[in-house]
Amino acid sequence: MTAPLLKVDDLHIALSTESATYNAVEKVSFEIGRGEAFGLVGESGCGKSITALSVMGLLRRPLSLGGGKIVLDGEEIQDASAAEWRRLRGKRIAMIFQEPMTALNPLSPVGRQIAEMFVLHQGAGWTEAMDRAEDALRQVQVPSPERRIRDFPHQLSGGMRQRVMIAIALACGPELLIADEPTTALDVTVQAEIIDLMAALCAAKGTAILMISHDLGLVANMCRRVAVMYAGRIVEQQAADAIFAAPRHPYTQGLINSLPRLGERSRRGRQRLQEISGVVPSIAGYPSGCRFNPRCAAVTEVCREVSPEITPLPADGLVRCHHHG
Amino acid sequence: MRPLKLPRLKLSGGTSLWIGGGLVALAIAVAIAAPLIARTDPVMDANLMNAEIPPGLDFPFGTDAQGRDIYSRIVYGARISLTVGVVSQILNSLIGVTLGLTAGYWGGWWDDVVTGLTNLMLAIPSLIFALAIMAILGPGLVSLVIALGLTAWSYSCRVARAQVLSLKGQGYIQAARILGYGDLRIMFTQILPNILGPLIVIATLGMGGAILSEAALSFLGLGIRPPFPSWGSMLSEARDQITTAPWLSVFPGLAIFFTVLGLNLMGDGLRDILDPQSTTRRT
Amino acid sequence: MAEPLLALDDVAVHFTVGGVLAGGVKILKAVDGVTLDVKPGECLGLVGESGCGKSTLALAIMGLVPPTRGRLALEGNDIKTIDRMATARTVQMVFQDPYASLNPRQTVRRTLADPLRIHGVTDKAELEGRVADMMAKVGLRPEQADRYPHEFSGGQRQRIGIARALILRPKLVICDEPVSALDVSIRAQIINLLLDLKDEMGLSYIMISHDLGVVEHVSDRVAVMYLGRIVEQGSWREIFEDPRHPYTRALIAAIPDPFHRAAVTAKAKAKGEIASALNPPPGCHFHPRCPMKEDRCASEVPELGAVAPGHVAACHFRDRHPI
Repeated sequence: MTAPLLKVDDLHIALSTESATYNAVEKVSFEIGRGEAFGLVGESGCGKSITALSVMGLLRRPLSLGGGKIVLDGEEIQDASAAEWRRLRGKRIAMIFQEPMTALNPLSPVGRQIAEMFVLHQGAGWTEAMDRAEDALRQVQVPSPERRIRDFPHQLSGGMRQRVMIAIALACGPELLIADEPTTALDVTVQAEIIDLMAALCAAKGTAILMISHDLGLVANMCRRVAVMYAGRIVEQQAADAIFAAPRHPYTQGLINSLPRLGERSRRGRQRLQEISGVVPSIAGYPSGCRFNPRCAAVTEVCREVSPEITPLPADGLVRCHHHG
Repeated sequence: MRPLKLPRLKLSGGTSLWIGGGLVALAIAVAIAAPLIARTDPVMDANLMNAEIPPGLDFPFGTDAQGRDIYSRIVYGARISLTVGVVSQILNSLIGVTLGLTAGYWGGWWDDVVTGLTNLMLAIPSLIFALAIMAILGPGLVSLVIALGLTAWSYSCRVARAQVLSLKGQGYIQAARILGYGDLRIMFTQILPNILGPLIVIATLGMGGAILSEAALSFLGLGIRPPFPSWGSMLSEARDQITTAPWLSVFPGLAIFFTVLGLNLMGDGLRDILDPQSTTRRT
Repeated sequence: MAEPLLALDDVAVHFTVGGVLAGGVKILKAVDGVTLDVKPGECLGLVGESGCGKSTLALAIMGLVPPTRGRLALEGNDIKTIDRMATARTVQMVFQDPYASLNPRQTVRRTLADPLRIHGVTDKAELEGRVADMMAKVGLRPEQADRYPHEFSGGQRQRIGIARALILRPKLVICDEPVSALDVSIRAQIINLLLDLKDEMGLSYIMISHDLGVVEHVSDRVAVMYLGRIVEQGSWREIFEDPRHPYTRALIAAIPDPFHRAAVTAKAKAKGEIASALNPPPGCHFHPRCPMKEDRCASEVPELGAVAPGHVAACHFRDRHPI
């Protein structure tokens, strides 16, 4: 296998408050190949967003990198200087966020915000950059791009703004696009279009995607491999179809079985949804041993005391559980 | 060349509250204990033989032109200043909060009326307005309290209204309407408890403002009239002797200064503690 | 046939927006002619995206927003003739955001007991009893009654919200996206709870959700809304196994379908953005985005016509074989 584009190795992210320091993210390791779509799934508070921020060098107090390596195309970048990070961001790694309204400058026309990328990273002149911005809007399927480049963010709908964000992110042809819940705030029909657009554009440009979401179905549809995070750790990683067909970690199984799926009721009548008991633990209250143990149906004594290690699975998968299977 | 960095003078919320609270508590204690700690009767004990004696062992703050002990007058003056500050501010809050709550909740023509009235009040210099009311009601403590109470309600009205508008859309307010709660019940049991924070801060800062207004009005001869010892009227009486008998102005001035400072610090401290978005709050 | 609990007949809710300075007064037809009913013990799923009018419709049913035209009847009586207190005892609502829908300065006990007091329950023993009973029904422990909302998790707060909606023993409960704001791993708890309570207390629900999986699971009948109008209505089976309106088909096609169970293919996906309710497209509102559109769709408004008894769709081509 050729060297991966991005390798995250044993990542630890610390959260420091006045009273204590917590391990918000622990022992996270994954690889993304060139041009590959990789999904990171988990609920709010599991640490997926801050993992993404660390790959962009955007961790700020009270969060900090507690250990581990981030390797981009063979080069370690976790200790890069501020100037080095500025050269990476936008040019080699780009990110899009959930709320495009807060990520776009409300006082600047969207065409200009796209053009800025060409000016800053590729030394283009403004006229040329604006032309290329119009092109970029066309690529993200914004109708009448020649008029839209002069619009301000508030004049566009949510779906349009997200397309602008994608245009900005992909403007300089980055090697990796990190998408943090990019469609959660959008309507269902618009979501589908944006996801299709992202997948198509990235495939055409050879850009790898790190897709972060709480929606396992969405991620499995779009990505080749999926990792599931719970309470700061990766608990399972498999190929997308395998993770639905044969989930190995009780949390993944719980997630898949607890959500009503289209077509289920037609096949089997209305079945009572299988609940996962308990609540998602907060960072300050992570259980000892396996972090999922208070909610796990298959819990035993060892789960409460010993933190499970990684067990490799066939086809480059892994699971973190004492009783996987 | 690096820019000049001034030392940070900001106090944290907790410190402001303690210092301010301490000063205010002292003023209150003095006011309550006045008969016990004053040395003489502030009005009656006037001995012309003792006129204009500088501060010394017998008279710690000196005496005034009528031979009255300044210290005792300051101590009794605390009662007047604090009464004016507290009562007028209570009146302000009652008027302002009621108008603001109802205007924000009901909207419509009533909101237009209240907003217009508030803008009018904010446009008129408050001291002039108070003067006008005093001119009608005549001098004295009661008229002073009423005049100040009717003048400064616009701030609490504005803030109450803004808070109501931001809370109106919250789920629990809608839920209350759906459950059959009446409008007044919603305003006073659901909304008001959730907007008390900023209102308390305004009231506290307003008390300081009221005391200063009292001082100004009494200084102009329209508030508390001599021989009653309000700090403002003491300043008024001492006008002509600023150079010859400075202690007559300094002590009442300091009393006003420290009390208002205390109230302002307390207000700042309360705001920092009650307002989750304030920047000085410790995370 | 049993008298419907709720009957809406050509209900419309229009708002005027803008003014001289904003470029003229426009009419926002948030709800534009909705006819539906809810029978006792039935769960009606109401599906639609932003701008479809489902929230405004909920407000109109609650009596919080007056309809511009049409008739709303609760248990046969026109809603305009029922006083607010009686409405409160018949229709209630569960809100989407558990963090904003509880008064942060009230204990659980007060949140549940106050409505009872307002509606005339003054006997202390009865109050305590009903509060304790309701808390048990939603899965809260009695000692939690004197705690404040911030001491509970999102799922627990939603349980409190459900308890509050049911404390007056209403007959119809409108659930507005009851699980969208909750963590994924606890949604099943709340959905199961809502279904259990429905059976236990003989309730009717209007389940508003954009999550088709949830709607399919809980609903008996489903109505699909787009820009203020109902575009399709039928039993859950008809809507999900044999959808006849292109918008319904687009909604289903938009859902990630890892098990390939959906009744529609990717070809049914909608194109472009949702139009603004201020300026809806002429003819069929959905035509600019419709994969099946033809010329007449831009000028003729399609009728809500029957595909089968009880299954209606507002599309000129409702009888065509689906793509």
